[in-house]
Amino acid sequence: MGREYDMTQTGLSLGIDIGSTTAKAVLVEDGRILYEKYQRHFSQVRQKTLELLEEAAAVAGDRPFTAAISGSAGLGLAESAGVPFVQEVFATGEVVRALEPDASAVVELGGEDAKIIFFDGGIDERMNGSCAGGTGAFIDQMATLLGVTADELDQLSLESTRLYPIASRCGVFAKTDIQPLLNQGAKHADVAASIYQAVVNQTIAGLAQGRRITGKVLFLGGPLYYCKGLRRRFQETLGLADGQAVFPDYGRFAVAMGASLYARSAGEAYTMDQLREKIVHSSAVRDAANLLPPLFAGEADYAAFRARHAAATVAEGDLASYEGSAWLGVDCGSTTTKAVLLGEDRQLLYTYYSSNRGNPVEIVREQLETIYGLCGDRVRIRGSAVTGYGEELIRAAFGVDRGVVETIAHYTAAKHFCPQVDFILDIGGQDIKCFKIKNGAIDSIMLNEACSSGCGSFIETFARSMGYDVAEFARKGLQAAAPVNLGSRCTVFMNSSVKQSQKDGATVEDISAGLSVSVVKNAIYKVIRAGSADELGRHVVVQGGAFYNDAVLRAFEMELGREVIRPAIAGLMGAYGAALYAMDLRESTLISPESLKRFTHTARAAACQGCTNRCRLTVNSFGGGKKYISGNQCQKGLGLTSPEELPDLYAWKRDALMGLRPGAEIRGSVGLPLALGMYELLPLWHAFFTRLGFRVEVSGLSSRRVYEKGQFSIPSDTACYPAKIMHGHMEVLLERGVDAIFYPSLTYNVDERQSDNHYNCPVVAYYAELLRGNMDDLAQTRFLYPFLNINNRRELARELFACLHPVFPDVTKREVRQAVDHAFAAYEGHMTATRRQGEAAVAWARAHGKRIMILAGRPYHVDPEICHGIDKLAASLGFVVVSEDSVCHLADPLPVHVLNQWTYHARLYRAARYACGHPDVQLVQLVSFGCGVDAITTDEVRRILEEAGKLYTQIKIDEITNLGAVKIRLRSLIGALEEKGV
Amino acid sequence: MVDQNKGYVVFTEEMKKTHTILVPNMLPMHFQMIGRVLERVGYKVELLETSGPQIAETGLKYVHNDTCYPAILVIGQFIHALQSGKYDPDRVALILFQTGGGCRASNYIHLLRKALEKAGLGHVPVISLSMAGLEKHPGFQLTLPLVMKMMYGVLYGDLLMTLVNQCKPYEVEKGTAQALADRWTRQLAGELTARSTGGYRRVKANYRRILDQFAAIPMERRDTLKVGVVGEIFVKYSPLGNNNLEQFLVDEGAEVVIPGLMDFCLYCVYNNMLDHQLYGMQKLAQPAYHAAYRYLVSKERDMIGAIAAHGRFTPPTLFTRTVSLVQGTISMGVKMGEGWLLTAEMLELADKGVGNIVCTQPFGCLPNHICGKGMMKPIKEKNPAVNIVAIDYDAGATKVNQENRLKLMLANARQSSARPPEPIRMA
Repeated sequence: MGREYDMTQTGLSLGIDIGSTTAKAVLVEDGRILYEKYQRHFSQVRQKTLELLEEAAAVAGDRPFTAAISGSAGLGLAESAGVPFVQEVFATGEVVRALEPDASAVVELGGEDAKIIFFDGGIDERMNGSCAGGTGAFIDQMATLLGVTADELDQLSLESTRLYPIASRCGVFAKTDIQPLLNQGAKHADVAASIYQAVVNQTIAGLAQGRRITGKVLFLGGPLYYCKGLRRRFQETLGLADGQAVFPDYGRFAVAMGASLYARSAGEAYTMDQLREKIVHSSAVRDAANLLPPLFAGEADYAAFRARHAAATVAEGDLASYEGSAWLGVDCGSTTTKAVLLGEDRQLLYTYYSSNRGNPVEIVREQLETIYGLCGDRVRIRGSAVTGYGEELIRAAFGVDRGVVETIAHYTAAKHFCPQVDFILDIGGQDIKCFKIKNGAIDSIMLNEACSSGCGSFIETFARSMGYDVAEFARKGLQAAAPVNLGSRCTVFMNSSVKQSQKDGATVEDISAGLSVSVVKNAIYKVIRAGSADELGRHVVVQGGAFYNDAVLRAFEMELGREVIRPAIAGLMGAYGAALYAMDLRESTLISPESLKRFTHTARAAACQGCTNRCRLTVNSFGGGKKYISGNQCQKGLGLTSPEELPDLYAWKRDALMGLRPGAEIRGSVGLPLALGMYELLPLWHAFFTRLGFRVEVSGLSSRRVYEKGQFSIPSDTACYPAKIMHGHMEVLLERGVDAIFYPSLTYNVDERQSDNHYNCPVVAYYAELLRGNMDDLAQTRFLYPFLNINNRRELARELFACLHPVFPDVTKREVRQAVDHAFAAYEGHMTATRRQGEAAVAWARAHGKRIMILAGRPYHVDPEICHGIDKLAASLGFVVVSEDSVCHLADPLPVHVLNQWTYHARLYRAARYACGHPDVQLVQLVSFGCGVDAITTDEVRRILEEAGKLYTQIKIDEITNLGAVKIRLRSLIGALEEKGV
Repeated sequence: MVDQNKGYVVFTEEMKKTHTILVPNMLPMHFQMIGRVLERVGYKVELLETSGPQIAETGLKYVHNDTCYPAILVIGQFIHALQSGKYDPDRVALILFQTGGGCRASNYIHLLRKALEKAGLGHVPVISLSMAGLEKHPGFQLTLPLVMKMMYGVLYGDLLMTLVNQCKPYEVEKGTAQALADRWTRQLAGELTARSTGGYRRVKANYRRILDQFAAIPMERRDTLKVGVVGEIFVKYSPLGNNNLEQFLVDEGAEVVIPGLMDFCLYCVYNNMLDHQLYGMQKLAQPAYHAAYRYLVSKERDMIGAIAAHGRFTPPTLFTRTVSLVQGTISMGVKMGEGWLLTAEMLELADKGVGNIVCTQPFGCLPNHICGKGMMKPIKEKNPAVNIVAIDYDAGATKVNQENRLKLMLANARQSSARPPEPIRMA
């Protein structure tokens, strides 16, 4: 209060900043702040604004003043109230120019937007795109995940000792990394700091776009005002000295102050009453086209619905009086932990369902204690099983008899309610799982991708952000008169859809119901990809915590036009199935009540020394020398040597590429970045340049560090990870100081004559252009990116000569021609070797009775940082792994239902065709997030496989490093295969 | 039914008489004229004018949700129409443009067929309208006179669009310019389909009459900002695709500058010439491409020349000039999607003083990573005053989010336009 700021403004003016989560106001007179206030608005924009006005009125008295509104949620209010509006980034820029004329950049984080302003060398004001929610709301969500407040999260982060890599593309992705870390026992302090680091990385990767954030940098906005740990991470990452990183005490109010500045120039003065009047009477008109029909016609309708679903129940027993045997099932899910105890007649003796508050081990310990206490000497636990994300951790900690794959646990449970079930949909806290059942076996499994986890926890977090608990929020949805249509995209998009509907005046009831419809649509159209109810089947069982919400259940029935079964224990089905699964056991290995009393649990971080990959491990110790190690990509770090090394074409290809040695340096050195198309053509270009007398420097395999090296120059954050990592490879080559870097532009890929055309995708083809335009450092060397015709040797030689001659004038046409021939021989040799190796792996698998997995992606998916060791994981699960390009020649091309015009993708279709002909071969498709082309190939590959009765498995990969979800997916595949007897 | 050799439902000779061809509407004035041209040669054609959220909803239901937004909209609009009960699904055919480039847009037609299959409408024939000749339909063949008439439709459309955009912010009575353009669209469509079109002399006379009539619209001086719109072709032009971007900008006091459709046609032809130049491909077809290129360039020059000679309006830039501007920023080998043309159009706008640019793209558009967002830094280095905002369009993206970013661009534009306002044309 009373703080002076040097703006030569006279008169009284009010600046209001209404962001996505908070409302801020400042009242300024002659450059002095008379009043300031910062508070959460819980989406009640108009009401909170009026409250702020009342308080400001007390200070202003009845003097007239000018006013302006800013902020993303203020836009609608300003429009309908007819009050001047100023865009928030612009407002910030104005304030900083006035107060800190020597600032070179501003980083401002808000509730849902991130902004950067550069002042040096031409003003540049930027906001995050539409797919990047890693900001204030994200930090709140993550705090919820850890079961702490935002302040506690900050405190925790200050005690961290190490950082985990956490995907920073958007909130949903980050969650996928964080959740397993928590379940595996990582220290909360480290996770907290890692969350902040993810925010920092997101800001840099998304907004720097080739400009370095240096000089005097101002950090503004609520999160940067409150979170000390976040400040520290920014300062360290950007390498700013104390004087360079400025965290002004007006940080939270910069936008509001900018609005007050703007107010003065915008003219019009109001009295407090006039302004209040304008805001009170601002009314928004809802767009009727965006409204949905209500969920229930009335009370009677709802009552009938309740009665129908009340029928799906399970017998219950009383643990207090029960005597005899019992079986325990535990479902350690991503956000919740569930437990049930069943008696001899499958009756429920005990159930538990609760958030795991980021510490599932402790929750299970408490539960066991409670159960043992209730059991006394009357009840004897004869068997136990655990399923879910935390399966291995809990099993190791408490000596649980069996681990069950989730799919099998859920199917076992669903059969109990509906023996002829042919479709199961489970919407849990973090996952959507769907299984089709055919002939008593799981026929196809669909799981949500990392980017569409619009599930239970989403509604919960949302309810909380609007100031409700989830049950109350759900109840409100049932009464909605006109649910709002929020779309069916990922949660980040839904957040802004909600914002929009609030602007349009939707009620909490309408939003709650709308969110339920969105979750359902996301499941049906994005995960299941169903066009009609018939595709699902006739006997549908729905379960998972999200279906406790009657609004979700009703929305699902309405969207499907069909009645479904929701078991009364919808949220406990995993645990229930696990318990059923354990019921043939007689003698349990479960921890005894005595040992439980002495149970201890500590987690510590370590780096694996097994290989150069240096996996970051979390070592859980449970006392008595018992340990559980997680974070590993292979079995080495566990102190185990795998019983046998299975053939792995991914590893073979990596070794083959890394085995290419540089030749003598006669003419100079040429750097080849090992990313995107270079993964396919490295043998060719390596041989070409070596033959010409160049020492060839290959940037090498990627790592997270390589990515981080180049992330500041990425102009389009929604490009795929394999492309973004290219920037790091260029930096690596620049550090090594080569004479030239070569990454050609290939519109057309190698024509294998198996498809309608033989293009590269636009990103592979032209990424060099983007690199040249955005990486200033490339000026240090000669970056050669000629457009080449790879399918015509004469042409190619002509084009290469034209490219090389100006740089290396002694290169002759003849030499280039010879080198081209030599290069093609090397390339063909490599491709032939790959195919022979594929055939050998298949033969080996058959001789040894192993399952074969075609891990089908693109050549660059063999990179360890891009596939995150999924090949090793598959090998550890007993698969012989082959790549799509090592087996596609074994099948004839058949017509496909799409325009088959990309070389890499044509291989996918043929590999799928090969899998169809062989029961011991499974295809798992790797898809990089943001790959537009794969929106086409995935549907087609799935069709090819499913028409032949094969299971289709898709794994979406991005920066996410944690393989927890992938492991579950692959184990589900194995479980389904076993049930089918394959 | 599905032709076994071709793998798709063929549009037969008989269907020409029995079936109505539904056409997606990307550019109302252009497509209305092109549609009428098709009617002239005996097709029954109907332009789809539907809009609203149910279009995208339908699309999301039948198309992979990660597919680009234009595909979701176009396919959604088709299926929505077929399911509306307005048409007899046994007497309807659909038409889509197919460029055959390396972008996934070439697959729209296959995605549409898959979607139709899923919706139980697999028997509806889908015609591929493609200069690359990707598919053959006996009932639908492009003849040279037909293509020429379509070309005039494009030229007239570009002219009308340019003039409407230059009048809208200043007209005394709202809607005058659009009404005049609509009147002309109907009249020109009639002329193009008349037996005797009066030859090219008539076309040039029309240019002059159109210019005179637009110049006669009563206008007043208003402070405006010139804002250029470039991007992926569908979201750039279609109000359905870009949440009525043009109207939003006009309401914010901007004069919208949108490069014409003829540039895209020329770009397609030019790329075939480049295929030869860069890769030695398509040698035999080169004389034809060169002839077509020269022809189209001269037609475009006549249209633009008419505007320049008239003197009242700002003429669009010649394609040849646009081509010359792009040198040194992006290679013209970048030919997928809008390719180098997108970069060139931003440079061209900056070159003629339209420094405020909205670059539109569907969320996750692959070519635009390179040619749009990837080229902003080099463009800004060449033209430090340029003020570009990239806006993503998507079924899940919200208007608030988009408008907030547009407002930032406009605020910056207003600030830097503190320099004397542009001379405003008075009637």
